Amino acid sequence: MSHAVEITDVPADTRRSRKLRTGNPAVAIPLLAPFLVLFLAFIVYPTVRVIMLSFTDADIAGVGGWIGARNYARIVRDKDFWLALWHTVYFVLLTVVPNTLIGLLFAFLVVRMKRFRGLAQALFFLSYVLPVSVVTQIWLWVLEKNYGIINYIFTLNVSWFRTAVPAMPATAFVTVWWTVGFNVLMFVAGLTAIPREYYEAASLDGARGGFKLFRFITWPLLWPVTSLVLVLQLIAQWQIFNQVYLLTFGGPFNRTRVVLLYMYQQAFNQQHGGYGATISMALFLIILVTSIVQIRVLRVRAL
Amino acid sequence: MKTLTSSPLAWVSRALTILLGCVWIFPLYWAINTSLMAEPNTVMRPPSFIPRPPTLEEFDFIINHSQIIRWYFNSVVTTLAVVIFVLLLSLMGAYALSQVRFRGKKALYIFILAGFMIPYATNVIPLYMLMVKLKMSNTYWGIILPQLVNPIAVVIYKQFFDQMPLEMSDAAKMDGAGEFRVLFRIFVPLNLAITWALAIILSIWTWNNFFWPYIIENTTPMMTIPVGITQTQSSYGVHFGRDMATAVLAAIPTVVLYVVFQRRVAQGVAITSGIK
Repeated sequence: MSHAVEITDVPADTRRSRKLRTGNPAVAIPLLAPFLVLFLAFIVYPTVRVIMLSFTDADIAGVGGWIGARNYARIVRDKDFWLALWHTVYFVLLTVVPNTLIGLLFAFLVVRMKRFRGLAQALFFLSYVLPVSVVTQIWLWVLEKNYGIINYIFTLNVSWFRTAVPAMPATAFVTVWWTVGFNVLMFVAGLTAIPREYYEAASLDGARGGFKLFRFITWPLLWPVTSLVLVLQLIAQWQIFNQVYLLTFGGPFNRTRVVLLYMYQQAFNQQHGGYGATISMALFLIILVTSIVQIRVLRVRAL
Repeated sequence: MKTLTSSPLAWVSRALTILLGCVWIFPLYWAINTSLMAEPNTVMRPPSFIPRPPTLEEFDFIINHSQIIRWYFNSVVTTLAVVIFVLLLSLMGAYALSQVRFRGKKALYIFILAGFMIPYATNVIPLYMLMVKLKMSNTYWGIILPQLVNPIAVVIYKQFFDQMPLEMSDAAKMDGAGEFRVLFRIFVPLNLAITWALAIILSIWTWNNFFWPYIIENTTPMMTIPVGITQTQSSYGVHFGRDMATAVLAAIPTVVLYVVFQRRVAQGVAITSGIK
């Protein structure tokens, strides 16, 4: 270590290196320009535009006039919107915490493995790399009413995605099956980062039994990862669209229609670009507020 | 600790873990199983847990009667373009944000971070209007361009570049190297592992992207794999074997990518979430 310092000390004449560092700010322009142009075009501009659109009666081509806050007056009284919001909240409740806890459980099992650790991790992670439409096709078959293997094994005759009560929980389960692998990998990384000495020291201090070690060492040291997973989960699940669209199409009788699906139908099927933008704004504000609250409450450090 | 890891109980729990893993991934096995059956066998009672006899006729049908080869090609082109450009743009941007001193740098970085807090889904309507106006719907550019600004890659590269020892670039610059040369000759090679991990995880994400390609591509020949396969389901009659053959074909690329680059994927997930 000291050797390395000696070597690097030679050219690191501080006065000179600062001069080199401050050297030429203009070089930042060619480095940043391509990124910034795209950033302005595909992030900043659409954000400004969606705000403006929400005050118009534009169609999906963007043609329309200013109508003030009428879209907002409408959305507040729009029963379909509130219903879609409720369905989304239900989906969020069914996925965020379960997906985190199941991910944690699987990660615990994986890190206790010895020889077949890679295999165990792969078994829990593999579904994450599948395209969503592959996942939904598989589950539409596995949970098929008449010939699906699940109904056969449990001698049921449930039409999982076409019956009001099980449709949303089934969609939530498929979502957990598809995405839990990401959480597993994050928790595995978090768990393996906890120094072994902590556990040894704790058991020397008389902390016996798995639960005590978990409660006083694993859980607090893993909290940065856990809270981050919860935040990422919340942001992702508010934007539920694909699985619902492909599994239930919002049905039966719109019982699983979520906010983004409602936005999609308003904007792209009914050509209401302006009102669709208003729904987007509502979802954006909901995500923003809930994640800020969550970050505060959970004291997320990683962000 | 030793007694805990080698006790019979620990072995039982490990065996149960593998068993649970097999149950968890069973639906994928079941899909493969069905895809290898002749259609009448898929609805046999009791169901067969191995295809007897196995047949590739449904794969043959899908490959010859749908545009799946074309969709593969579309997915490969757009994914490669997105991943390569994202990495390049992020490398350059992150280098400037980390190594070049200029006025308003911090404000710019905060501005970029704030921009990334905007959920992708809420910008879909104006993005669609923009791409239609630019006559880019149903083109590769339509899929690629909006995906080129990626939050995570810039932040990750900046974090790693911030930790690079100052002396290295200084020494190179004293020898007359320009910023681009320092970036591509020193910073990129020294951060190659991160680039690989990012490339793999970005490939999987981009390949699997559904919502945007679904909105912007509405002609069959321009669809990507995840969008295209939703078009093959026959409206009349049941074809479970055919649907599963389609699903299996669509699953192969990312599954292979994961199996080959397992460690890189794990690294990618870890660094994208800030645990190094």
